[in-house]
Amino acid sequence: MKKALKRGLYAVLLALLPFATGMAFGKTWVRILDFALLYVMLALGLNIVVGFAGLLDLGYVAFFAVGAYCYALLASPHFGLHLPFWLILPIGAFAAGIFGMLLGAPTLRLRGDYLAIVTLGFGEIIRIFLNNLDTPYNITGGPQGIDMIDPIRLGSFSLNQPTSHTVYSYYFLFLFFALATAFVSMRLQHSRIGRAWAAIREDEIAAEAMGINTRNVKLLAFAMGASFGGLSGGLFAGFEGFVSPESFTLMESIMILSMVVLGGMGHIRGVIFGAVLLSILPEALRYVGPIEQSLFGKIVVDPSSLRMLLFGLALILVMLLRPAGLWPSPARKRELLAHGETAKHENTNIYDAGR
Amino acid sequence: MDTFLQQLINGIVLGSIYSLVALGYTLVYGIMGLINFAHGDIVMVGAMVTLTVTRLLANSGLPGPLILGIGVLTAIPACMAVGYLVERIAYRPLRNAPRLAPLITAIGVSILLQNLAMMLWGREYLSFPQILPAQTMAVGGASISTIQLVIVASSCIMMAGLSWLIRKTRLGNAMRATAQNPEVATLMGVNVNTIISITFVLGSALAATAGMMVSAYYGIAHYDMGFILGLKAFTAAVLGGIGNIEGAMLGGLLLGVIESMGAGYLGTLTGGIMGSNYQDVFAFFVLILVLVFRPSGLLGERVGERP
Amino acid sequence: MAAILLASCAKQKPGSEFVVKIGSVAPLTGPQSHLGKDNDNGVRLAAEEINASGLVIGGKKTRIEVLSEDDQADPRTATIVAQKLVDEGVNGVVGHFNSGTSIPASRIYSDAGIPQISPSATATTYTGQGFETTFRVVTNDRQQGEALAKFAVGTLHARTIAIIDDRTAYGQGIADEFEKDAKAEGAALVAHEFTSDHATDFTAILTSIKGKNPDLIFYGGMDAQAGPMMKQMRNLGMKMAFLGADGSKSPEFIKLAGASAEGAYASAPGLPLDKMPGGKAFVERFTAKYGKIQLYSPYSFDATMALVNAMKQAGSTDPSRYLPALSKIKMDGVTGPISFDSKGDIMHGAVTLYQVRNGSWIALP
Repeated sequence: MKKALKRGLYAVLLALLPFATGMAFGKTWVRILDFALLYVMLALGLNIVVGFAGLLDLGYVAFFAVGAYCYALLASPHFGLHLPFWLILPIGAFAAGIFGMLLGAPTLRLRGDYLAIVTLGFGEIIRIFLNNLDTPYNITGGPQGIDMIDPIRLGSFSLNQPTSHTVYSYYFLFLFFALATAFVSMRLQHSRIGRAWAAIREDEIAAEAMGINTRNVKLLAFAMGASFGGLSGGLFAGFEGFVSPESFTLMESIMILSMVVLGGMGHIRGVIFGAVLLSILPEALRYVGPIEQSLFGKIVVDPSSLRMLLFGLALILVMLLRPAGLWPSPARKRELLAHGETAKHENTNIYDAGR
Repeated sequence: MDTFLQQLINGIVLGSIYSLVALGYTLVYGIMGLINFAHGDIVMVGAMVTLTVTRLLANSGLPGPLILGIGVLTAIPACMAVGYLVERIAYRPLRNAPRLAPLITAIGVSILLQNLAMMLWGREYLSFPQILPAQTMAVGGASISTIQLVIVASSCIMMAGLSWLIRKTRLGNAMRATAQNPEVATLMGVNVNTIISITFVLGSALAATAGMMVSAYYGIAHYDMGFILGLKAFTAAVLGGIGNIEGAMLGGLLLGVIESMGAGYLGTLTGGIMGSNYQDVFAFFVLILVLVFRPSGLLGERVGERP
Repeated sequence: MAAILLASCAKQKPGSEFVVKIGSVAPLTGPQSHLGKDNDNGVRLAAEEINASGLVIGGKKTRIEVLSEDDQADPRTATIVAQKLVDEGVNGVVGHFNSGTSIPASRIYSDAGIPQISPSATATTYTGQGFETTFRVVTNDRQQGEALAKFAVGTLHARTIAIIDDRTAYGQGIADEFEKDAKAEGAALVAHEFTSDHATDFTAILTSIKGKNPDLIFYGGMDAQAGPMMKQMRNLGMKMAFLGADGSKSPEFIKLAGASAEGAYASAPGLPLDKMPGGKAFVERFTAKYGKIQLYSPYSFDATMALVNAMKQAGSTDPSRYLPALSKIKMDGVTGPISFDSKGDIMHGAVTLYQVRNGSWIALP
């Protein structure tokens, strides 16, 4: 009973959040919340690969791109197709999953840093193809991207309202999907597969000896993680109405990885927290200019350069003070706080296969 | 003119630059198993310092190579200091932390260095004074310039020197011991902290040299020049087998030649469907192929499961 | 956080002056930030001059306040910034810098009914979306590509042409238009090579072009690549003509290419500054305050002036009231006469060609 009450309270809070934000800070911050929810989905997807299965992926944004371009191609004047979103989103997620397997298959034997560079290369390859597939046949629109993408429609209701309630309607759609991915993540973690991932992460050889088919289980991690990214990409395309390769750079992959690590790898709440924090922080730092103005009466240091400077500094400081992330899972915390040999053993073994 | 030979020369020069930067990656990785993402930005600092000194002296009437020498001799200690500080502040406290934690601080350091450089040197692309004579000579129908020769030669010399340092000196012994097992090395009387600091400082000195060469050769320096260069160099280091000095050299040269040949001949090979726009795809594709068949790089040792 | 935000919202200068807010958006961090800052400076100079001379709109004494934002040349950030400016109640926007950021942002400005003038986005799709609030004061890729092709084939008599583009929305857009028009003018395309907007080494693609020995190389991309490219071209002993578009026509290009820059051609939208009434004075004032003009600050200056003039004519700073005046505006800017066609593109956009002579860009007659 008490649990139900608590859940109800959370639901009310999440439902009121955009309106409170909108009233207090303006629609900009509702839009930032919308993007934060997209990043929650992305971070949760990457968390399956990095946090659960312990495979370092530096090209995750490729799956985001696949989902986004699926939506853009199937619902825009580019090919003249205008499929409904409930059909495209699964297609995008499925396509991204296939790409995840494509990436996973040749890299199964690789570990640690080798895997990192191959995934990084894969991410770049996808981006370069998207950027160049306008010749000989114009498939992706090349560097110009694809514009005039259909907004997401529920029945006859378009979420894109000229009265600029757009950011609110998308908030609830994204919230639904973010909660769904969090729910799926949670169920996955405690399922048979989730335990198999944990086993591989901790000790792959022992896992294999226990009868786990490491190949299939790893491929599944890549595919599952990728499909979350694809889903998020589809939503992004519908929300923005425009996609171009500029949105899917390596820096974006690094950002998503930072969210996972900073929040607390493998811990769903921590990852969600990391995603929200890192999508809000750079925007909040936009206000350093006005603060400088009110403190010193003039702009001392150019705020735009100070913004990224502070962001870099924040990444360093957080990691120095909380190396396991801001909100690590209780089990992980126990391991970190353990004494002497145990701690050392745990720290050198977790998430560092191949070292 | 022999196009093929010219492309080969282009590739080797580009590859030598990659090699030089890759050496820094591989050195640090070999000793402590850390991808120092900020290495490319230390190269940038090296380029910026050299450029500043060179600009100051450009009209002093001193001969060009001497000015460049003074420039790089200023850049080396500057980069060493930056490298030392970065290791001390951002990596050392995390030595026993989970593996990915230093990766994030490295990204943080990279962002920090770039933005500091932007505040110091501005947003503009800086041009390098033309102080070296642009002499070219003909080799079998292709042309090669003096500065290209200097780049290739110094890259070889540095690799040889580094290789000697690691194999033949006491310091090298200590470094190799630390790489294999820090605890045992400590028992043997090696001060692991000092060795790691030295590794970083050494890597940064190489970065400073690389920075000087890149900016003098291309005549350009910019605060975010380090990122892409670092990425390519990291790819080269992995291609050759990360942690292996000769591997970094080989990987760099190979990557340079692959890129050149890819840009030059991909169009002809695919009948015009893919051109130089797929140059990077080609490079990454070769990397993936190599790693699939030789998971530890071309010259990397096949290491078994280590605790 | 709340305190910070409130502080920024409550920031209102005392006095009875009426304040009109103009948003200025460009990448202020990242590789293009030197050009972004240049745009921003153009807006700021316009605002300062208008404020200094005293602005009266609809009988009320009015002061311009510039809100500068950094969109990092990233489409997603661009929409956040656009929303931020809408929230802060800007009366008009000068920006964004890139086509890739101007397009997604234009939807938000259009929804809010706020006029947007880009001083530098040249992709044809930007004004092709059918938004009433979308304008630009530069010629688009189609207009410029045509002028470039006419010059290359007609004036320079290039029979064989090689094209290089940097695979950005800008570079590819202008290169494709140039290619189409150059072929129509009767030139043969012998090679189309590609690079990226991060590249510094072009020897490989230049070497393969050298083997085909074209009369002219056209580069679609920015100055930071064009400069070193020109230098490497000459070092490889390639003596053919080099032609760039507006992205290459900057003092940076000459600095980066050094002595090799001599003889390079490039185009720029509008008329030469010294031919325009007030153009020379603009250069002097801008240089005194912010240093050398990079590329588009004259255009962002004009864009700001266009917004303010439309407000003056309509006697209102309300976007819905002055928007009709803006679409019908006729004025002389420092870059040329400014008026818009039905799509929001600049009408009769002139394109001028320049050549590097004795270390500076000289307008060709």
